[in-house]
Amino acid sequence: MTNTRQLPPAPLHPTIEKVSIIVSKGSLEGIYPALIMANGARNEGIEANLFFTFFGMDAVHQQRHDHIKVAAVGNPGLHVPTLAGMIPGASALMTKYMEKQIEKLDFPGIAEFIEMIHDTGAGLYACLASVELFGMEREDLIDELDGIITIGEFYEMAAGGQIIFT
Amino acid sequence: MPTQTLAGTSVEVNDEGFFVDAHAWTKEMATEIADEVGVPTPLTDRHWTVIDLMRSEYFAKGTGPTVRKISKLSDVSTKELFVLFPKGPAKLAARVAGIPKPKGCI
Repeated sequence: MTNTRQLPPAPLHPTIEKVSIIVSKGSLEGIYPALIMANGARNEGIEANLFFTFFGMDAVHQQRHDHIKVAAVGNPGLHVPTLAGMIPGASALMTKYMEKQIEKLDFPGIAEFIEMIHDTGAGLYACLASVELFGMEREDLIDELDGIITIGEFYEMAAGGQIIFT
Repeated sequence: MPTQTLAGTSVEVNDEGFFVDAHAWTKEMATEIADEVGVPTPLTDRHWTVIDLMRSEYFAKGTGPTVRKISKLSDVSTKELFVLFPKGPAKLAARVAGIPKPKGCI
């Protein structure tokens, strides 16, 4: 039997209509790019949702989201020997430097960035499994958070769009 | 370059519809462009605050401001910008203001 099913023609100028960005890491370099992508998507008129899971939840944690640090160890891109990265204060120093650069360019810090992204209409969600795993409560997380959701709800929300994992 | 007729005048635009020459734009063209790109009309004073800012920043700096810049340089918040120009404020405000697409990631 021959298969006569025809695929619809690909659009001439394909566009992305929706992105779901998963943030799983709690370092500055793990969180910031995801925020740029979410904010950039909204500015292009693309629907965007951010999902914070595991250590990525620090980005939406009341006490921690203002103290996100650069990983000074196990981060070859930093070009600092691992042993030097282990010296107490190394991560704080690297973070200070990075924060200064961010400020110089007039880019927002993480806390301000998240608030801004919320204002663009993007959704902010935390992963239920991670919240349970870390023994957190809703009050531990920032007010801008739209909800704590299950993985099933995540896939429902992400349906029809692109999923990006960072 | 494609051309487009706005307010009875033919103007050059690029493939994305942005003006090639910002000087070719007149205020009378704004509503027509707004209707085309899905910006709610009639344009209000708040729209015009943003449109005027887009143009003055473009002529001063060579590129239009991003959403963050607009909200920092005016009293129009990010939230309001998304109400005024729903599908991408900086991009759409630039379209309506007759300037090229703003460059900038944040």
